[in-house]
Amino acid sequence: MRAVCWQGTNKVEVETVPDPKIINPRDAIVKITSTAICGSDLHLYNGLNPTMQKGDIIGHEFMGEVVELGRKVTNVKIGDRVVVPFTIACGSCFFCNRQLTSQCDNSNPSPWGVEQLMGYSPSGLFGYSHLTGGYAGGQAEYARVPFADVGLFKIPDGLTDEQVIFLTDIFPTGYMAAENCNIQPGDTVAIWGCGPVGQFAIRSALMLGAERVIAIDRVPERLQMAKLSGAEVLNYEEIEVGDALKEMTGGRGPDAVMDAVGMEAHGMGLEGFYDKAMQAVKLETDRPNVLRQAIVACRKGGTVSVPGVYTGLVDKIPMGAFMNKGLTMKTGQTNVHKYLPKLLDRIQNGDIDPSFVITHTMPLEQAPHGYEIFKHKKDSCIKIVLKPGLLDSPLTTLEPFPTSL
Amino acid sequence: MEIKSTSSNKSPENVGDTERWGSLITGGALVLTGLSQRSLRGALMAIAGGTLAYHGAAGQKSLADTVTEAAGLDKPIRVEKTVTIQNKSPEELYTFWHDFGNLPTFMKHLKSVTVISETRSHWIANAPLGASVEWDAEIITDRPNQLITWASVEGADVSNSGFVRFQSAPPGRGTEVKVVMEYSPPGGGLTAAIAKVFGENPEQQIGEDLRRFKMLMEAGEFATIEGQSSGRRS
Ligand SMILES: NC(=O)c1ccc[n+]([C@@H]2O[C@H](COP(=O)([O-])OP(=O)(O)OC[C@H]3O[C@@H](n4cnc5c(N)ncnc54)[C@H](O)[C@@H]3O)[C@@H](O)[C@H]2O)c1
Ligand SMILES: [Zn+2]
Ligand SMILES: [Zn+2]
Repeated sequence: MRAVCWQGTNKVEVETVPDPKIINPRDAIVKITSTAICGSDLHLYNGLNPTMQKGDIIGHEFMGEVVELGRKVTNVKIGDRVVVPFTIACGSCFFCNRQLTSQCDNSNPSPWGVEQLMGYSPSGLFGYSHLTGGYAGGQAEYARVPFADVGLFKIPDGLTDEQVIFLTDIFPTGYMAAENCNIQPGDTVAIWGCGPVGQFAIRSALMLGAERVIAIDRVPERLQMAKLSGAEVLNYEEIEVGDALKEMTGGRGPDAVMDAVGMEAHGMGLEGFYDKAMQAVKLETDRPNVLRQAIVACRKGGTVSVPGVYTGLVDKIPMGAFMNKGLTMKTGQTNVHKYLPKLLDRIQNGDIDPSFVITHTMPLEQAPHGYEIFKHKKDSCIKIVLKPGLLDSPLTTLEPFPTSL
Repeated sequence: MEIKSTSSNKSPENVGDTERWGSLITGGALVLTGLSQRSLRGALMAIAGGTLAYHGAAGQKSLADTVTEAAGLDKPIRVEKTVTIQNKSPEELYTFWHDFGNLPTFMKHLKSVTVISETRSHWIANAPLGASVEWDAEIITDRPNQLITWASVEGADVSNSGFVRFQSAPPGRGTEVKVVMEYSPPGGGLTAAIAKVFGENPEQQIGEDLRRFKMLMEAGEFATIEGQSSGRRS
């Protein structure tokens, strides 16, 4: 089959690799019809994860048709159309029993390494380095899905791939991040990052009853999309964000703040330079500019929600502000299995059509080009869906997203 | 050479050790850290009432022990690892484990375990280059649904002893399974072979075996990526 393989920093290639096969009785093989590129993939693309190995098949947002089943998978059938959570979960451990499926005890085949780093190992993830199991990912024609009896969700007829594919990750991720904001009536939520995760977080915060959402980024079309999603927006290159948030909230500060950017936050001025230098010499693995800003901007007694991904160490976290203001932090890879069914209902009800975030659809063969434009935000790229089925035809771009309203 | 247990001659210090060991084995104390560096086998005997011949008894050190210790040859390798298993009672886990033939399914380096009698079994572990190491083990204590302690008998390729304990965690938290094991590298050419059997890092090795036990009991299979496809260029 053809698959997107990581071959080094800024280097992904579409290669011919062996077809996946059933290894365990609870496995399934899915023939992929749609697969997306995620902001998390950019952390790998940018070479920030030292446990990537050349040749790893990447990608963790995928869906398709069941073509093969292990003998213990009886709740789905060959031919079923399914979406696949990016977190791999056994369904029966302490954490799975509590729906904390991104913390599954049994899905990382080699947890020893990550335990040295984190104490305990979170769940395995598709296509996301050997820290989280080294599973082959889903930017490919086929994928092997372990624990398929809990890791495949059947999609009812009448919904397009574009409407349901983001149930694999970014819709639940935005939703859980909003839920983690502990939204109360009248609350204002400030969200850093208007990438795909930020976009779903904005809509989810409003669904969960936030009075106002203020979204922060610097990329014009992303800010535009945030506005269309119902947020007020701030361009952090044009305005001092902390001051602006204080003014916009009557001097109180946002009730909840969200870091939907993660470890590669763009830093301004001297501070940004400091983190880049620290990261370059590996004294710091992650750049927490947004996290710092968010903690300081949050109102007293408020909540810090962190869907943005971090992998290692950060420097100069304003712990004094965090402690003395009595803040609460909530974070984690998303417990996709928990949210998926109720968000599917939301889509079926017509509460939301997640396809709003897609700016590009292209053949799987064009993945290297996709990574390049997604990383550099070229061609107004916000979210790319790759189609293994499409021939390597000229690139199809949907309606260009309006850059002004 | 075999030396019988001499429980009559306990120095107060050694008695304290034995009690603390006893407490660990039966579930009172929780961790190995801080316990004396040389008495697992002795403690296992003391708890069972000392029915098997063994070196370095509960109290007094044998001359041989004293000599090897002074020469720094005795450094036994001791490992302690615990996992908690959800939705399985101590009874279920004990029963599976006690059927020793089951152990090679989750202990990577074991080739086979053959039960010879009620208390004796024969163990074969894989060593590099198709070789293997073997030993007979004797159950010292067997408390149904709680505890199995064992020690290898004279003539083992690798002298070893240990216990596995099954204990209910707080309500809703499953069953804790603790393995404490000690083995003495035999010296000479075998040492390297043994290092391979138990890995460069025995704690990791036993930890992984226990985790595989947990996977088998909770998920019914072992998570793996062996045999999956990749674009690795060899
Ligand atoms: N928790 C989870 O389970 C989960 C799941 C998916 C993605 N993520 C993470 O969420 C984060 C966002 O993902 P995405 O797909 O939206 O990625 P993305 O890279 O498309 O979006 C990040 C956005 O942050 C903006 N940004 C950068 N620096 C900023 C700053 N200083 N202030 C404000 N905005 C800034 C960028 O312009 C960009 O629009 C990533 O870290 C990703 O790994 C987490
Ligand atoms: Zn993702
Ligand atoms: Zn689990």
